[in-house]
Amino acid sequence: MTMAKSVAIASAEQPAAATRNGAFVAGAWRSTGALVLIAAAVALPFTISNYHVFELTQVMIYAIAVLGLNILTGYNGQISLGHGGFYAAGAYTAAILMHRYGVPYWATLPPAAVICFALGVLFGLPALRFEGPYLALVTLAMAVATPQLLKYFDTWTGGQQGINLIKVQAPAFLGIGRDRWLYLVVLTVLLVAMRVAANMLHGRTGRALVAIRDHPIAAAAMGIDVARYKTLAFGTSSLFTGVAGALSAIVIGFVAPESFTLFLSLSFLVGSAIGGIATIFGAIVGGLFIEFVPNIANDISDAAPWAIYGLTMLLFMYVMPRGVVGSLAGLMRRVQSRRATAGQGLEEQKRRLS
Amino acid sequence: MTMRKIMVAGLSAAVLVAASSVAWAAGQYSPGASDSEIKIGNTMPYSGPASSYGVIGKVDAAYFAMINEKGGINGRKINFISKDDSYSPPKTVELVRQMVEQDQVLLMFNTLGTPPNMAIHGYLNENKVPQLFLATGADQWNDPKHFPWTMMWLPSYGNESHIYASYILKNLPNAKIAVLYQNDDYGKDYLNGLKAGLGDKAAKMIIATQSYETTDPTVDSQIVALQASGADVLLTAAIPKFAAQSIRKVYDVGWKPTHFLNSVGNAVGTVMKPAGLEKGVGIISAAFAKDPTDPQWQSTPEYKEWLAFMNKAGLSANTTDVQAVIGYSFVQTMVEVLKACGDNLTRENVMKQAASLHNVKLPMLLPGIMLSTSADDFDPIKQMQLQKFDGTTWQLFGDVLSASGS
Repeated sequence: MTMAKSVAIASAEQPAAATRNGAFVAGAWRSTGALVLIAAAVALPFTISNYHVFELTQVMIYAIAVLGLNILTGYNGQISLGHGGFYAAGAYTAAILMHRYGVPYWATLPPAAVICFALGVLFGLPALRFEGPYLALVTLAMAVATPQLLKYFDTWTGGQQGINLIKVQAPAFLGIGRDRWLYLVVLTVLLVAMRVAANMLHGRTGRALVAIRDHPIAAAAMGIDVARYKTLAFGTSSLFTGVAGALSAIVIGFVAPESFTLFLSLSFLVGSAIGGIATIFGAIVGGLFIEFVPNIANDISDAAPWAIYGLTMLLFMYVMPRGVVGSLAGLMRRVQSRRATAGQGLEEQKRRLS
Repeated sequence: MTMRKIMVAGLSAAVLVAASSVAWAAGQYSPGASDSEIKIGNTMPYSGPASSYGVIGKVDAAYFAMINEKGGINGRKINFISKDDSYSPPKTVELVRQMVEQDQVLLMFNTLGTPPNMAIHGYLNENKVPQLFLATGADQWNDPKHFPWTMMWLPSYGNESHIYASYILKNLPNAKIAVLYQNDDYGKDYLNGLKAGLGDKAAKMIIATQSYETTDPTVDSQIVALQASGADVLLTAAIPKFAAQSIRKVYDVGWKPTHFLNSVGNAVGTVMKPAGLEKGVGIISAAFAKDPTDPQWQSTPEYKEWLAFMNKAGLSANTTDVQAVIGYSFVQTMVEVLKACGDNLTRENVMKQAASLHNVKLPMLLPGIMLSTSADDFDPIKQMQLQKFDGTTWQLFGDVLSASGS
C-alpha cells in the first residue's frame, strides 16, 4: 500500500479534484496493487536461479542505501558524497559483532542502525555550517578517508585483510537455500524501510524537510527548527544507509576497506539521481542502475565500459531529468490534470449552453 | 579345444573392444569442460586504483588466444572469461558467482589481489571450484588442509624473508638485525618469515623492530630509532613509497647497514629512482622472474620469444613491465596443468594435476627456479635469487636459494 501511495504522494501535491469517495476507491486499488506487487516480490526468487536471486538481493541492498541518501539529498537538499562511509560503518558494525562477539546476523541490524544514526547526527551537526557545494566537499572528505581509516584501526577492522564472516544459513525448517533466504530477509528490511520513510516523509516531518530544502529562511520564519530537522535528516539518512551496509556484509560474507571506496559513494548519488530524487520508489530504480548498468556496459565493450556507463547516465538525465520515477510521476500528473481541465471545460460549455 | 580357443578369442576380443571403447569414450568432464572447450574464469582490476596490475590479465588473455590459434590444449580451445572487479571485493564475489553459476567455468585462474581473493575463498572452496594461481603473495594461501581448492603461485612474503635469513646466517653470522615493516599481515609475514629463517637465533639477532602505518607521512623517525639501536643489518618490508623513504633516510643519516629490501618495493622506476639511485647502491633484494629491462636477458631466445609474443598481442607498451613477465609465467603454469589433465577435465583432476608439479621450469623465470607442488604443499615457487643494486640496475649474484634449503 505504501509503495504505490508513495509514487503519487512523493510530489507532495494531492490531486485537488479528487473527491473523498474517489480517494477511497483509489486507495483500495493502490493497497490491492501493492499487495500483488509484494506477493510477486516474495514469489520471484523461487522462479529464477540462485545467481539472479543474489543479484536482486544486491539491488535491494543498494535500494535501501539510496533511499537513505534520498531522504537527505532529495527531500532535504543536503548533498552527500560520503554515504559510502555510513555504509561502511554499518557493514563493519555487523561484521565485528558477528566475528568477535558471535552475535547472530539478524541481531546486528539494530546496533548498526543505532550506531549509524548516532554517526549521522554527529556528522550532521558540523554539516549545519555548510551549504551546497561546501557540504559536498566535507562529505567527499569522509568518502576519501573511509578506506584509510578502516586500515588504520586494524585491531578492530582486520586492516587491509578485512574480516571474513561465517556464511549465513537459512532456517532448516524452511527448506530453502541461503540465497533465497537472504533475499527474503533483505526484502523484509526494504519494505519496512520504505514504510518508515513514507510515514516520515508524507507527514509534517516530510513537509518540514522539503520546506527547508526549497527555502530555508521562509521555513525558519514559519517556525520550523531548521537545525533540528537537518540533523534529523542526516541521522535518519545515515541509519538507512548503515543498515544497507550491514546487510551487504551479511550477504557478501566479507568486508575489506577496498569495498568502500569513493566510487561507492558516487554510485549512491548516481542511483539516487537516476531513480528520481525525492521519490521513494526511485530508490529501487537506483538500485537496479547501480547493480546492472556497469555489468551491461562491460558486456557491450571491454575496452571502454566506463564511457558507456557515462553515456547511459547522460541519456537518462537528458530524457528523464527528474529521474525515472520522478519523471514518470510528473508525466502521470500532467495527463491527469489535462483530463481534469478537459472535464472542467466540458462542464463550462454545458453551463453556457444551458 | 577349438571351442575353448574360440571362446578365448571371443572373450579377448570382447575385452579389447570394451577396453578400447573406454579409451575412446570422450573425456570425463566437470562443468566448463567439453570435447571442444575449456572455460576459465578470471577477475582483474582493469579499472580503479590497482589497474596497473591489469596487464597480467591482458597477457593471460593474449597467451590463451595464441594457444587457441595453435590448436588449443589437447584439441580443446580455451574460453577465457576475464572481468573487471576494480579491486572491489563485493564486485569480485558477484562476478565470480556469475562465472561459476551462469557461465559455468571449470575453474577460476589468476584472480588478483588479497582482498578480492579473500572474498571468494570460502565460496569457491564450498562449491569445490578450483581457485588456481592467485596473483597475491600472502602466506595464508598455502593451506591445502582447510582450503583444498585454492593454490597460490607467487613466492610468499614469508619465504622471501626466509631466504634473507639464510643468507644472513651464512654470511653475516654476528649480525645485529633491525626490521622496518608495515603494520599489517603483509609486513608481519616478512617479520615472521625472518624469525622462522633465523630459527633459535632470532631472539638474539633481531635487536630492534619498528612498524609504520600506511597512513603515516614518513618513516623517518622509525629509521632514526632503528639506527640508534646499533644494528648493522636492516630489513625493509615496505611498499614502494615507504621503501623509497627508507632508502633515502638511511643514506641521509649516514647509517651504513647491510640493507635488505623486500621485492614488493624494489622496482627501479618507482622506488630506486625516487629514492636517489646513488643512495641505493649495495642494497640486497630478491627476484624470481627475469627483469625485461636487464640487458643480460635481452639476447636470450626466451626473452626474444616473449618480446615477439608481446608485440604480436599489441602489448608493446608493456615490454618493460615485470608484471607482464609474471603474467606470462602465470598463464604458462596454467597451460602446463591443463595439458597434464589430458582428457580428464574434472575439477578434482585439475587440482590433482596442479598439486603434482615437479620441477617445472618456465622460460621467463630466473634460471634454476623450478615449480614444485604436492598434496600438502600448495606453494609452487619457494626459490629466489639474491640481487644487489649497482646504482643503475639490479645485479643477480650467488645461487638460486630455497626457503627450505637452509
